[in-house]
Amino acid sequence: MNDINDLVAKAKSAIQAAMDLAGLDQVRIDYLGKKGQLTQLLKQLGKLPPEERPSAGEAINAAKQLLLDTIEQQRVALEKKQLESRLASESIDITLPGRGDLPGGLHPITLTLQKIESLFARLGFEVVEGPEVEDDYHNFEALNIPAHHPARAMHDTFYFSEKLLLRTHTSSVQIRVMKDREPPVRFIAPGRVYRCDSDMTHSPMFHQVEGLMIDRQVTFAQLKGLLKDFLESLFERELQLRFRPSYFPFTEPSAEVDIMGNNGWLEILGCGMVHPQVLENMGIDSNEYTGLAFGLGVERLAMLLYGIDDLRMFFENDLRFLKQFN
Amino acid sequence: MKISEQWLREWVNPKVDINQLAEQLTMAGLEVEGVEDTTIAFSGVIAARVESLTPHPDADALALCQVDTGKGEIIDVVCGAPNVHVGMLVALAPAGATLSGGKSIKAGKIRGVKSEGMLCSAAELGLGDDAGGLIELPDNINPGQLLSELLTSNDNVIDVSLTPNRGDCLSILGIAREIAVINGIELSIPEYESVTISHKDQRQVRLEAADACPHYAGRVIKGLDVGKPSPLWLKERLARSGIRSINVVVDITNYVMLELGQPMHAFDNDLLQGDIHIRYAKEGETLTLLDTLQCKLAKDALVIADDKTPQAMAGIMGGLDSAVTANSRDVFLESAWFAPISIIGEARRYGLHTDSSHRFERGVDPTLQVRAIERASSLILSICGGAAGPITEASARKHLPKKVKVKLQGKQIPRLLGIDIKSNQVSRILSALGMQVTKNKSGWEVIPPPWRFDIGIEADLIEELARINGYDAIPGAAPLIPLHVHGQQHDYQLLQRIRELLVNRGYQEAITYSFVDKSIQAQIAPDEEALALVNPIASDLSVMRTSLLPGLIQALQFNIKRQQGRVRLFELGLAYHQRNKAVQQFPVIGGVVYGNILDKQWHTEDMPCDYFDIKGDVEALLALCGHDPATQSFTPLEHPALHPGQSAAIYIDGEIAGFVGCLHPALQVAWDLPRPAYFFELEIRRILLQIHRRYRKISKFPVVRRDLAIVIDEAVPACRVLECIRKQASDHLINLQLFDVYQGEGIDLGKKSLALGLTFQGSSSTLTEAEVEAEKGNILARLGQELGATLRD
Repeated sequence: MNDINDLVAKAKSAIQAAMDLAGLDQVRIDYLGKKGQLTQLLKQLGKLPPEERPSAGEAINAAKQLLLDTIEQQRVALEKKQLESRLASESIDITLPGRGDLPGGLHPITLTLQKIESLFARLGFEVVEGPEVEDDYHNFEALNIPAHHPARAMHDTFYFSEKLLLRTHTSSVQIRVMKDREPPVRFIAPGRVYRCDSDMTHSPMFHQVEGLMIDRQVTFAQLKGLLKDFLESLFERELQLRFRPSYFPFTEPSAEVDIMGNNGWLEILGCGMVHPQVLENMGIDSNEYTGLAFGLGVERLAMLLYGIDDLRMFFENDLRFLKQFN
Repeated sequence: MKISEQWLREWVNPKVDINQLAEQLTMAGLEVEGVEDTTIAFSGVIAARVESLTPHPDADALALCQVDTGKGEIIDVVCGAPNVHVGMLVALAPAGATLSGGKSIKAGKIRGVKSEGMLCSAAELGLGDDAGGLIELPDNINPGQLLSELLTSNDNVIDVSLTPNRGDCLSILGIAREIAVINGIELSIPEYESVTISHKDQRQVRLEAADACPHYAGRVIKGLDVGKPSPLWLKERLARSGIRSINVVVDITNYVMLELGQPMHAFDNDLLQGDIHIRYAKEGETLTLLDTLQCKLAKDALVIADDKTPQAMAGIMGGLDSAVTANSRDVFLESAWFAPISIIGEARRYGLHTDSSHRFERGVDPTLQVRAIERASSLILSICGGAAGPITEASARKHLPKKVKVKLQGKQIPRLLGIDIKSNQVSRILSALGMQVTKNKSGWEVIPPPWRFDIGIEADLIEELARINGYDAIPGAAPLIPLHVHGQQHDYQLLQRIRELLVNRGYQEAITYSFVDKSIQAQIAPDEEALALVNPIASDLSVMRTSLLPGLIQALQFNIKRQQGRVRLFELGLAYHQRNKAVQQFPVIGGVVYGNILDKQWHTEDMPCDYFDIKGDVEALLALCGHDPATQSFTPLEHPALHPGQSAAIYIDGEIAGFVGCLHPALQVAWDLPRPAYFFELEIRRILLQIHRRYRKISKFPVVRRDLAIVIDEAVPACRVLECIRKQASDHLINLQLFDVYQGEGIDLGKKSLALGLTFQGSSSTLTEAEVEAEKGNILARLGQELGATLRD
């Protein structure tokens, strides 16, 4: 029996000394394999007297089980160690930047237009478009601005010929759109407009959004309500607003809307009730319908929304500017 | 228009301060753009008389003046003004005085000569911008008097920005009228007497263009002294309104224009011959204007002529030949009414815009002419002396503006405004505005006053009511509208998605000008005549773009100059063409890619982008719009701005939709781009597609993949191989991929090898080996027949 005990002690220390799974397997073969030392003992069992055989057999089997358990424990420990070392070797600097590209971004004018469009869309205003190279009739005549009207001095117009020009406002879209529509209508017409003027506060090209709503009971009070609602939703805060009498040949009454900024009142849009003659020019009976119209300056709104202080930034397309809105 | 607050308050003086006054005007539609405090900013400046003059020993341009300070002493002052002369009453800033701007005067030596002060110009005293010579003071001032005591201190200049419909407010009278209505008080119109008529000289006035000039009043004033300087108060008020002092008569006519709104003109009476004719110019006539501009008069130009020649461009500017000067003895005063339409066209034709034309264009009160001439006469007589003759007046009543009756129905007020205004309030406001108001059963009948040219319809009256009652008094209301779903805006939504796609692929959206540099435009489209502006703002913004290329190139250059090595920009906007004399404008989307594929990355080498990067973006964009690759083709393109071997025309369903390619290397050099740039452009209406997506059953049978490597002439474009396979294959071919292109060892010179992945799948059964092999065999056979392709060994 001493043999067994010695053998077990030897085997155990060999198992514990095994550094990896291959070494451990070798120990198993050495002791429990076909020619293993413990297997040899088992084979010699027949040489023992019959009365000793049961107890010796029991002892050998117990030793075998002990060794198997010990091997298993060691295997688990070695596997765990192996996994740990693999994990350690595979660890990376997870703070390094990811692969590929960041997205670009939309122009702040587009972002502003999208805000405006989505707010009016909620009220059922359609988005429509009109040509930028426009004729004198749609840009001026049909809007009550005949050839020698002093209001033309308010519009420094770019001309291609006597009757062909770059639209000076998006109001020109009103007449075109109403040609094939019947009231009630609600639409906004965003787009580029042009005036031949360029300095710190004027760009020869800029953006407007024209709005028009024609129905049986449209009033100036509603114009005020609508625009206040819109502006406060756009800026997401309560605003101090004022509606100031003004003049546009195509609205009567007309108003300009100012909002209180950090340095006093800021003019942001013009609006009014559609002039009866303009309604007639659209083929609408002005005794039956009234209309409200407004024209928003998009650059001005974008400047307020994003704190931009230089109009010229909008069309330089400086990436250092554009990326700020991504 | 700029006016002095003190002057205004002589006409109407409500108990409100300047800020409230400005607020009232703004909220009545007469926008106050600014209020400027004109507190006198100089001190110690006195009147002094030049007693004698001697030349400066060392400087030709300087004179040594001995001036009487009125305090019993004569001091020496060195002066360089051209108009200094003996006997002149000047403004002296003696040692110790301070000028506006804080400059303090000290005694000293100028080029070695003692000078104990400085003689001042009008500009140095804040009396206008005339800095060219000394201000000459009127002789009712005594030497020694402090000038600050002679000027109005603590005045404000109110700068009112008037809309074109309110020509009636281009005067003290007009603004005062509005203030009176707003405050519910009366105007206090300053009293003045008609002058005594003391001679009978008159000029006959002949209205020979009565439609353009239906009313003309004139008067001869004889024996006056135009050499006298204008009184300080007159200069001061003109200066506050931004009008230069010319001579006393011109100053007085300008003063009356500011006060009453009636532009006037004064002729040197001795230089006129015979009658006054208000007529159209004759062929070949010319006129030299006061500002020395020489005009060839058009045949329908309205002029004021004597018996011989035109002497003034009616209502716009007088002629130089008959202008009143310091030497004039007799003057002929003109106060006329010109029809707005006849002035607007004229002033614009000659590129002129004067204080006079500005008022006539907007409409002057046609009842004002005699009143203005009387006012001017009395000022002239009291300041320059002289004797007035009778007023000559000619009028053609039928061409004067007619009185219009405008009906106002009570029910229309709430219909338009959303609130009602009490009946007595309506009557009160309209009457206060100078309208004749008659109440009737349904409302009012209103005759606007002669100075209002902007009241013609009911809505005009309602605006007046809203304006005077206050826009603030109208509460905001929610619009009441019947709800309708107005349909989906597919194109609008798709355009937004296209933008998002490009953004997600790393592009920044740009917005460039629609007008571009003519030379760049010509380089990218030499065969097309771009739509040109008649009046461009600059030569580099002079023609309409036919493509987004010029704008994108400029944006690219701009960024490269600012050390941006990698640029991806896109723009969505219109392109403009003229075809057969008709203008076409349609939306296009275009982009530029420049620099490396990616920003510098720690795990990859830098790779410069090429044609296939931008083509990939185009393919993604077309896929987003729902276009099947099988309906697209990219064919070699000859484009003046693009590399002939690296650019393609893009066809969709056989129609040209745009292009993609590399900038021509010659232009890359010409435009200073260090590296190649790649562009694409697509016409929006060609790519937007109405797609109705339909579900297709997913086959449950296994897929079979076969890879083919073929060898083919290198000149055969890949798309032809793909087309050929698609044509031959049955529905079982569910995917076709080109995954390798190879030239080099093992492949003959002039040939290339293409590796293709073909995926087959049956829709109703599993494909057998034989079926797949048969398909593959047919495809190979067709490739061989049509393109000479062979299977690679």
